Amino acid sequence: MKLSNKWLNEYVKISALPKEFADRMTMSGSKVEDFIDQSAQMKNVVAGRVTKIERHPDSDHMWVTEIDVGEDEPITIVTGAQNVSLGDTVPVARHKSLLPTGQKIEKGKLRGIKSEGMLCSLSELCLDTHDYPECIEDGIMILAGANQSSVTGEEILPGADIREALGLDDVITDFEITNNRPDCLSVIGLAREAAVTFGAQLNVPTPEITSADTADAIQNHLKITVKDAALCPRYTAKMIKDIKIAPSPVWLRRFLRASGVRPINNIVDITNLVMLEYGQPMHAFDYKCLTGGEIVVRSAAPGETITTLDGNVREITPDMLVIADSARPVGLAGVMGGENSEITEDTKYAVFESALFDGVSIRRAASALGMRTDASSRFEKGLDIENTLPAVERACELVELLGAGTVLGGTIDVRTQAQTVREIAFEPERINALLGTDIPAEFMRTTLTALGFLFDGDSVRIPSWRGDVEHYSDLAEEAARFYGYDKITPRLYLGREASGGLNSRQSAERRVSSCLRAAGYSEVYTYSFIGTEDYDKIDMPKDEPLRDSVTILNPLGAERAVMRTTPLPSMLEILENNKNAGNPEARLFELARVYRKNSNIENQPAEETKILTLGSYGDTDFYDVKGAIEAVLAEFGISGAEYAAQRGFPSFHPGRCADIIIGGKKSGIIGQTHPSVAGRYGLDDCFLAELSFDALIENSLSVKTYSPLPKFPAVARDLAIVAQHSVTAAQLRQCILENGGEFIVSAELFDVYEGANIGEGKKSAAFSLIFRADNRTLTDGEVDAAIEKILKTLTEKLGAHIRA
Amino acid sequence: MKEQLEKIQLAASGEISDCQSLADLELLRVKYLGKKGEITAILKQMGGLSNEERPVIGALANSVREAIEAALAEKRAELSAKELSARLLAEEIDVTVPAKPVSIGHRHPISTVLDEAVDIFLGMGFSVAEGPEIEYSVYDFDKLNIPWGHTVREWSDTFYTEEDESIHLRCQTSPVQVRYMEKHEPPIRIISPGRVYRKDEVDATHSPMFHQIEGLVVDKGITLADLKGTLAAVMKKLYGEHTLTRFRPHHFPFTEPSCEVDVQCFVCGGSGCRVCKGEGWIELLGSGVVHPKVLAGAGIDPDVYSGFAFGMGLERMTMLRFGIEDMRLLYENDMRFLSQF
Repeated sequence: MKLSNKWLNEYVKISALPKEFADRMTMSGSKVEDFIDQSAQMKNVVAGRVTKIERHPDSDHMWVTEIDVGEDEPITIVTGAQNVSLGDTVPVARHKSLLPTGQKIEKGKLRGIKSEGMLCSLSELCLDTHDYPECIEDGIMILAGANQSSVTGEEILPGADIREALGLDDVITDFEITNNRPDCLSVIGLAREAAVTFGAQLNVPTPEITSADTADAIQNHLKITVKDAALCPRYTAKMIKDIKIAPSPVWLRRFLRASGVRPINNIVDITNLVMLEYGQPMHAFDYKCLTGGEIVVRSAAPGETITTLDGNVREITPDMLVIADSARPVGLAGVMGGENSEITEDTKYAVFESALFDGVSIRRAASALGMRTDASSRFEKGLDIENTLPAVERACELVELLGAGTVLGGTIDVRTQAQTVREIAFEPERINALLGTDIPAEFMRTTLTALGFLFDGDSVRIPSWRGDVEHYSDLAEEAARFYGYDKITPRLYLGREASGGLNSRQSAERRVSSCLRAAGYSEVYTYSFIGTEDYDKIDMPKDEPLRDSVTILNPLGAERAVMRTTPLPSMLEILENNKNAGNPEARLFELARVYRKNSNIENQPAEETKILTLGSYGDTDFYDVKGAIEAVLAEFGISGAEYAAQRGFPSFHPGRCADIIIGGKKSGIIGQTHPSVAGRYGLDDCFLAELSFDALIENSLSVKTYSPLPKFPAVARDLAIVAQHSVTAAQLRQCILENGGEFIVSAELFDVYEGANIGEGKKSAAFSLIFRADNRTLTDGEVDAAIEKILKTLTEKLGAHIRA
Repeated sequence: MKEQLEKIQLAASGEISDCQSLADLELLRVKYLGKKGEITAILKQMGGLSNEERPVIGALANSVREAIEAALAEKRAELSAKELSARLLAEEIDVTVPAKPVSIGHRHPISTVLDEAVDIFLGMGFSVAEGPEIEYSVYDFDKLNIPWGHTVREWSDTFYTEEDESIHLRCQTSPVQVRYMEKHEPPIRIISPGRVYRKDEVDATHSPMFHQIEGLVVDKGITLADLKGTLAAVMKKLYGEHTLTRFRPHHFPFTEPSCEVDVQCFVCGGSGCRVCKGEGWIELLGSGVVHPKVLAGAGIDPDVYSGFAFGMGLERMTMLRFGIEDMRLLYENDMRFLSQF
């Protein structure tokens, strides 16, 4: 909401400087986004009278003028404009001047003749013909012709400051008004806030219509029917006749312009002025266009269309409210009028509409049609039902003031919703208790009274325009914001003692993160939603239950339409981003949720589980990722995770994928991405792992205990074993550990070799074995015996033998 | 014999003193003190001496041996020191040669800011509460005093998963607070960080999914003054001891009175710059005294208890903290970006 300081001062005298005004209004709850001090935007531009004009000797289109700028000597200015005549008064940007466009003007020479500035056009002063219809776009702005009156109606003398002459010395403050305060989308509403903020007197005169033609009443011409009472609680109308369409006076055009509204003609401008001043949107219909002399407020009929004032044909639907005559819609209620009933040059009778429409309905209609207007954006917040009558009377008052026509007698006021008086108890102690303050009750009373609240003993009547107030906590806010939030002494009390902290799951998340970062993996954040085509992209089988995802009914696009049931597409997409960015390698992880339909969890619509996902490409392989998973498991004290070859997971390479089994339960998957899947993401070899965070928590060792360090030395032996390719490292290791006797401590694989000198289809696996006794040093003989037994069993059970 | 010994001592002393390497020194040790060395050779001849001479020569031989041993030890220490410094000199490296890369992963900047904020609240006795992202509208709207017809309920603003608008992706983490209040008696002191969703197209300052940290304190006698004290303290911990905080009236459906909290711009110190858009203040939090309707709706008697709530956007805090100008960077996860944190 843009507020002209000059307009504000019609209602309340505020002398604060622009910055102070902005700061104090912000701190009392009317947040100032920005303000423009027009005076600072234009410098050294004055009115000048053309005292001599002749052709430039070296140009066929330029003129050399002498201009009286109120000084002893005239100045010389060369201009290319063709509309300047002797005796004209024009805006002159003198040497070292600043224009509101940001342009700076200095003296110079034009084809050999000195020019001490520039004559200005409308656009150079940031004006147009809506501001001054008597001027032209394409030429110099003529403030006054020779011996003629000026465009402002007041005499403009040579040397006069243009800012003052044209009223371009206002301060325009732009407010961000919160949704609960539609009353502040008006000059009067903001004036009320300013009056209370600065302790000044608010003065809003009651509109007076002095010369209505009481013999000719509106009821003789117009009939109004409200068919949809719920969507139109009140419809108030007055009529005017003998209309003389003309431009509005300069002061009115300036107020509109300052508010960001384009002046059009006196009648339309009046409706806009009243909307800005009272916050009540208004509309004017040309009476002769209302078929049957009738206005019907009804829902649109199926298939109806209307051409709105902006010239667009709108298809309207039955959930939209229209203003119709007996035959057709003539306006979209609360949004925009129809072209068929527009005020034109030959309008003689007009109807002023001042109505209240249901906010939600207006917002939906405006949004469906993509035409949020000044009117609809006010209605949608819920306006004051008591405001329709004063607003339409103000419009009529202005008609008389402007001499734009004659007001007809009477008013039609259809009210479908009764007047309600809302009162609440005034409890200053409770207010102070809620605020932690000691604000005097008298201060609260004065403030609330100034805001329009009426006291009746210990209860207070809420003004009709304050729909947001309904509870003592609302009164507390009123008291606090004018007392000053900044005056409330901060206190760090926080109530009774509470011991906070992370629970074990929450601290586990941090442990996972630090462990993986130590292992070289970086954390990523990805979107929770994916597209169903992502399931195809990772070759998820058509009948896979994971395809049954929670679907967003109004997604931002097909690629963000479902809540992911698997983290793999998100991770692949990030790997793809990195590859495309030219990064030679990436090791990434994310700990985030996946979402399943039909939760078994009480009072929760969907199942949401946390998954740890790893992804990498570049200088990495299966065992690298496996190492990272093992590191996480080790951090949580989980030993003995098994990796079972998984050949049937279509997203993965069938020979390079494993289920991660913890405590006998499938808890994750790890593998190389299937080349077809990787290819779809523009990736070569890349690796993925998923681990259930729940499994990690459930199997983690809650208390780590210490084992004493061994007192006697260990015996280490390396053993290279040749076996069939199909025999796994895990099988060999298990066999070694099971048959190594009571002293075997560990058997770690340190090398696997396959090649010609081993034999076709065979591999060599080298293990490092450790033997130790707790109470003595082992003898070679004891270890030899254990090795012998291991080798014997390896041969019998797995057909493996020691490498020659 | 006595003369022989004195000669040996003199010769040994000279040779040891002239010796230049540990290896040569070892040769000298063998020459004089070894099994076939000169001293040993002398001692072997002692059998031919008289009973009177034998102890005298024996004592002399021992003193000569000790003298040579001492000279050897001294020389050995000297040569060792010399050799060590020569080696150290030879082993000098170019310390400006780049390091061997240690590949440590990086924390996402959102996590950095999140953990930092969470830790501050933990230190003030808060706990962390979590809840579902796919949420009943009752929790995200109705019980938060967001009435039917409110603009955030529009399909243009919120992602719905049910036609009847009963379930949607939560727009804020506040439903967690309602759920928590339903299950816990005051005193309540929680923060609820998490993902939230709003129907905004992706651009430099918007994302359809983002993160919030909201907080809630409920107990007897909690006031707006407590809100001010707590949040001002948090802002000081986040942005430095001298951070100024400004509380400005605002409007939220679930709090009354409500305020927005600005901190004085930590880039320009309040004089106005690009980061604070010339205002000198940066808007960081929404907050307010919990609306009595919200307390009552969650089963807490507003005549006995009161509370305050607040919320902040993590992406915005992260961008301000690190000077990140485009929110999209946070979700592209480019290694060149991540590795800066």
